[in-house]
Amino acid sequence: MSQEMKVIVFKIKDKEYAIPVDKVSGIEKLLHITRVPKAVQFVKGVINLRGVITPIIDLRVRFGFEEVEYDDSTRVIIVMLDDMEVGLIVDSANDVLDIPVSSIEPQPEVVGHSASEYISGVAKIEKRLLVLINLEKALSLEVTENMLKEG
Amino acid sequence: MDMNQYLEVFIEESKEHLQTASEQLLVLEKNPEDLSIVNEIFRSAHTLKGMSATMGYEDLANLTHKMENVLDAIRNSQIILTPEVFDVIFLAVDDLEAMVMSIAEGGDGKRDVSKVVHQLDLIEKGESPVTSSAAEVAAASAVLDKEEMNEGEYDEFEWTVLQQSKEQGFNSFEIAIELRADCLLKAARVFMVFEVLEKAGEVIKSHPPVELLEEEQFDQQFSVTMITKESSEELQKKIMKVSEVDTVVIHSLDLEVARHANVEEDKIAELDNKGQEKNNDMLPSDVKEKKKQPSVKPASSKTIRVNIERLDILMNLFEELVIDRGRLDQISNDLGNQELHETVERMSRITSDLQTIVLNMRMVPVETVFNRFPKMVRQLARDLNKKVELEITGAETELDRTVIDEIGDPLVHLLRNAMDHGIETPEERLAKGKNEEGKIHLKAYHSGNHVFIEIDDDGAGIKKERVLNKALTNGIITRETAATLTDKQIYELIFASGFSTAETISDVSGRGVGLDVVKNTIESLGGSVTIDSKEDEGSIFLIQLPLTLSIISVMLVAIQDEKYAIPLSSIIETAIIKKEDIMNAHNQQVIDFRGKVLPLLFLKDIFEVPISQAEEEFLSVVIVRKGDKLAGLVVDSFIGQLEVVLKSLGNYLTSAFAISGATILGDGQVALIIDCNTLIH
Repeated sequence: MSQEMKVIVFKIKDKEYAIPVDKVSGIEKLLHITRVPKAVQFVKGVINLRGVITPIIDLRVRFGFEEVEYDDSTRVIIVMLDDMEVGLIVDSANDVLDIPVSSIEPQPEVVGHSASEYISGVAKIEKRLLVLINLEKALSLEVTENMLKEG
Repeated sequence: MDMNQYLEVFIEESKEHLQTASEQLLVLEKNPEDLSIVNEIFRSAHTLKGMSATMGYEDLANLTHKMENVLDAIRNSQIILTPEVFDVIFLAVDDLEAMVMSIAEGGDGKRDVSKVVHQLDLIEKGESPVTSSAAEVAAASAVLDKEEMNEGEYDEFEWTVLQQSKEQGFNSFEIAIELRADCLLKAARVFMVFEVLEKAGEVIKSHPPVELLEEEQFDQQFSVTMITKESSEELQKKIMKVSEVDTVVIHSLDLEVARHANVEEDKIAELDNKGQEKNNDMLPSDVKEKKKQPSVKPASSKTIRVNIERLDILMNLFEELVIDRGRLDQISNDLGNQELHETVERMSRITSDLQTIVLNMRMVPVETVFNRFPKMVRQLARDLNKKVELEITGAETELDRTVIDEIGDPLVHLLRNAMDHGIETPEERLAKGKNEEGKIHLKAYHSGNHVFIEIDDDGAGIKKERVLNKALTNGIITRETAATLTDKQIYELIFASGFSTAETISDVSGRGVGLDVVKNTIESLGGSVTIDSKEDEGSIFLIQLPLTLSIISVMLVAIQDEKYAIPLSSIIETAIIKKEDIMNAHNQQVIDFRGKVLPLLFLKDIFEVPISQAEEEFLSVVIVRKGDKLAGLVVDSFIGQLEVVLKSLGNYLTSAFAISGATILGDGQVALIIDCNTLIH
């Protein structure tokens, strides 16, 4: 019995990541971002998402990668998490996949990689390696403060 | 069955029924003989009982059931309304409200209501300290107070008998009889006493009742009320002949005095005058006249309930439409096509009409806040032993839902203040030559883009000297400034933080929360509050509020490439200053503004705005205020004034620094709204 999970696949720095599709409420092209002064570093600001002010997080910054210029392929994935609507900036997003739950493995122990704490597991589909993101941790403002302190 | 989907409706409707019950109870208290009002309350209670039983809230259903029983007995004239009965019913409604609130907040609606249930039970069984007409209230309390046996309780019938027999020349006596402590057959003695009494006249009443006397359910003492043509001496001798009687005390029952005493002891202000009239004549015509259309039921308008969130969604969609309209407008101007131009213009008109409608849907009459006050004032008046009449006008005045939610607490505070410090005790008022009953007038009305709420009392007013002295001792003002203050400025000192003129901290307003909280709340709503007062004549608190919080007037400013909105309510004025006019004071750049030294806040530094343009020789400054403190916010340029829809930054960014919210500009971009209160310390 192979249960399947539908995920949205997106790219950051040539790596493929995945979020369960039921957490995603939309994928948008990048809109004008209004910077919010003194917000944490990875919160790039807010956008007007059909009349709702939505905060935007740059996942590259969140994962501790270098920032890049946004381009035509840059996408904002709108995710819903406990009443919060948050947009995630990713390099590109263009795939929806069904992955067998059995293919998900706990992530290999990687020491010293700051992104590791937001990862809930990895899935190997044919030749692709998808990194599943733990949204709760990725969005948590507290974890970041710890990370910033350590960094 | 899953009840959750009905929960919201249940809560809303329960609140409505309880509100109706409280309102009608207050009306009933003024017109105790109008049983149609009882019916109205009964219906509300009945519906509430049914609903809560269906929803499985047993406690709620049980208490409502008890209350319903009492109401049923009242409307069938088995129980006559007394202030005590009113108190218990009010308590029951309070408990019911608390239970519904607990359910609304996600609780289980359980609450210890045994006390109220017990009291209701007592009333239902007719065992309450008081059982019948208002005349007995005083008599009953007298019995309780003095523990005197010779003051009985008389119902309407007994009163009539007593009165008529007096007119026919009979004497009315209250006779207290004490049997000897070693009396063995008490019932037999009682029988003998009664035999003597019945030969002499007619026994109207006994205390305890005859049944209990026959069962020996009394100590050594009992009392009777009788009418007779014999004198008290003769009676006494006759009774004393019965063996084992220790003492006999006979009082002549003076109907006039008794009735008068009743009235004086009646603690309820509202019932006061009417109680007296009631004893003379059950339904004097002027009481009837005083009824303010008691049973006119407000015509139920055809409405549907809409969740405010849905309205928010509608509003958001609508704003999208407005933004697209702006773009269409632009395109049609560029293309210069007449047909397109006309269509776009028509669409513009329709959208502005729609905008008005959407905004109006969020408007709620202040009634929803005001209607909890009569009950509160009634209770406070009782607690403070004052007589107060609350008059409410303009309850139909509409305010945006967002303002309505916030304005309740400040109003409660001001009303408490008026009751506690404003209105004097009845004695003081009489001494001042005023009407015994104080008056508080709560008034709401529209004016321009604002709603005004006035709280006007005819109480003691504010004593200037006392306010000044207090402000001086508390270090709020200096002696020099004190001399220059106008009356109004002095009154306004009571809004300063840490100020309280109450000599003794009372239970009502000495809760450690001063009027400064009221002022802050109202100002945070973009409103203002002022006071006027005349010693011994009363005070007026005037609150000015914006019609809505969701739309505010702002000044849009540019800081480098970013746009920010500053609420007009915080802005005093704008100014352009030369760079060389800036002075330095303790690492703080300041300017001289009309003789006042103002600190300058460079927003581009505070907000860490990326610099893209060179600095100019002139600085654009927005002078803002927080309370009486001023500051100059330095921006790059003024864009202009506009009305914007206020939006929150959402649940994720709950604590953005110095930002109170955001708004969407005509081009679809987000502009942040600056919170001047956090910028000025």
